[in-house]
Amino acid sequence: MKSLGSIRRDFAPWNDPNAKPYIRFEDVTKRFGDFTAVNNLSLTIYEREFFALLGASGCGKSTLLRMLAGFEQPTSGRILLDGENLAGIPPYRRPVNMMFQSYALFPHMTVEKNIAFGLKQEGMPKADIEKRVTEMLKLVKLEPFAKRKPHQLSGGQRQRVALARSVAKRPKVLLLDEPLGALDKKLREETQFELMDLQQELGLTFVVVTHDQEEAMTMADRIAIMDKGEVMQVATPAEVYEAPSSRFVANFVGNVNMFEGKVAERTDKTATITGSTGAQIVVENAGEAKAGADVAFAIRPEKIKVSSAKPEGSVNALEGEVYDIAYLGDMTVYHVRLTDGQIVRAQSMNAARVSDDPLTWNDRAWVSFRPDAGVVLMQ
Amino acid sequence: MNTTWSRFNITSVTLGFAFLYLPIVLLVIFSFNESKLVTVWGGFSTKWYVSLFQNKALIDAAWVTIRVGLISATVATVLGTMAALALTRYTRFRGRVLFSGMVFAPLVMPEVITGLSLLLLFVAIGLDRGFLTLTLAHISFTMCFVAVVVQSRLVTFDRSLEEAAMDLGATPVATFFQVTLPVILPAIVSGWMLAFTLSLDDLVTSSFTSGPGATTLPMKIYSQVRLGVTPEINAACTILIAIVATGVIIASIVNKRREVQRQRDEQAAQRG
Repeated sequence: MKSLGSIRRDFAPWNDPNAKPYIRFEDVTKRFGDFTAVNNLSLTIYEREFFALLGASGCGKSTLLRMLAGFEQPTSGRILLDGENLAGIPPYRRPVNMMFQSYALFPHMTVEKNIAFGLKQEGMPKADIEKRVTEMLKLVKLEPFAKRKPHQLSGGQRQRVALARSVAKRPKVLLLDEPLGALDKKLREETQFELMDLQQELGLTFVVVTHDQEEAMTMADRIAIMDKGEVMQVATPAEVYEAPSSRFVANFVGNVNMFEGKVAERTDKTATITGSTGAQIVVENAGEAKAGADVAFAIRPEKIKVSSAKPEGSVNALEGEVYDIAYLGDMTVYHVRLTDGQIVRAQSMNAARVSDDPLTWNDRAWVSFRPDAGVVLMQ
Repeated sequence: MNTTWSRFNITSVTLGFAFLYLPIVLLVIFSFNESKLVTVWGGFSTKWYVSLFQNKALIDAAWVTIRVGLISATVATVLGTMAALALTRYTRFRGRVLFSGMVFAPLVMPEVITGLSLLLLFVAIGLDRGFLTLTLAHISFTMCFVAVVVQSRLVTFDRSLEEAAMDLGATPVATFFQVTLPVILPAIVSGWMLAFTLSLDDLVTSSFTSGPGATTLPMKIYSQVRLGVTPEINAACTILIAIVATGVIIASIVNKRREVQRQRDEQAAQRG
């Protein structure tokens, strides 16, 4: 059986029943007046995990992070870190550090003073502080900029100072609030890999808040997808993409085609779904879906094949006409309007320079896919 | 852009500057007058400056003014900064609207009323009028100016700086002294300078609240002018103007330099 795993294949404490969770949110609710930012949420994060909270703005992800840092107190519920209840512990006594979205560098201090700030508060001896600061500057490759002030640095350099400052104290957990949000695209991609390397090197637990799914997919071991103060799914990037738990998650992460319908027939292995217009789809791995249940069949565009003739021996083939084509160089995106009016998005990699089955607007076309190419969603 | 000066522009600039500076220029010129008659030019002389420094009453008044200014500006800065912090930070306390209104009321309150009410208060509590009451009065009317200046800075202050400091282990007190205070210091300094200047040239409130032995320079000048303007007064005023002008020019040069340096740094940073 093929499996959906994480990139770090040997690291999966969430599948180990004996693993002790490092951070635990237990039925945490946070209200601001009438507004419920976080609603009865429970979540566990493991030591050395790179964990991402992904969601649109206002979904409560930042509030969750700020509760962990101690800037907000939960209205109800508990947050435990390494077995210790964090309730009532002020931010300056928590063994977590945060990297702020705005970086929040102290404008009146040089780069090295910024990095040394947390160590000074700890009362670390001066010689040790100097050693640690030098080490941190080396880690983020900013040695020549030690004496500069934040306004004398570029955006990328500021981001690295903020990072060095927040890991200088060797916190148990590093919280990152939209860490790459202010960088341009190219720098962002580079920095994603730098962050992953840094996390491996320091062996810290990272909790990152982001609204950028690509960022979360690239960096995180597991992703929690949030909506309206609730967690919709917690899973590895591959699981979130290939086996979303609900229509919301399937729609939120990447592109998806959704076929709404009823389970007409159910065997051990397969289910036949009849769409509202009568089209039939046969799928494998239908999970718990029983005959007669209202379900959605979700399939990613790159798993759909488009051809001008009906593919032979294909279980699922639907007829339509090409409605739109977008040629993107590395791939081509087809929008095919089925006979029942639904538009299906299909993507094919342009593996060869010339296509043997060229399609153009308004051509008759067939979309086909394997029975195991998609998932059945009940929610 | 049109860089030539139209006749209208020249006229309006000339009139405007004449309106602002003609009286002052006249005063400065006549402070170097040989003649005792203020409005008749009798040749160049610095004798009034010499006699000014021998006029013990004027020197004493100047000394009182400076001491009152230094003490009241400093106390007003502390109080005004605290008020500004309370007004911007604790936005939910009861009576905030009333409090902020009350802090800023003296900005528009007629000075006669401020002076009179302070006088009534001092009489009521049996405080002898003198240096102490004068200083208290100055503190009370200058602190609202400090509060306004500091508050406008605090409104744009990025609160995440304080959160970052606390996150890194600084207690709220350490955060205030190591992060908040240094960042808002320029506003506090300009608040102090504003308070000091206002205290230096105050006449009305001072007249109500001072007593024997606590005469400020503006009060002294005013009382002497009633007996006729002497060139000595012109000399005293010229010195005051020189001090203020020097202060303003130095402050603006320092500001300008800092701005230029900052822009250069930022460009250097952009180039990486």
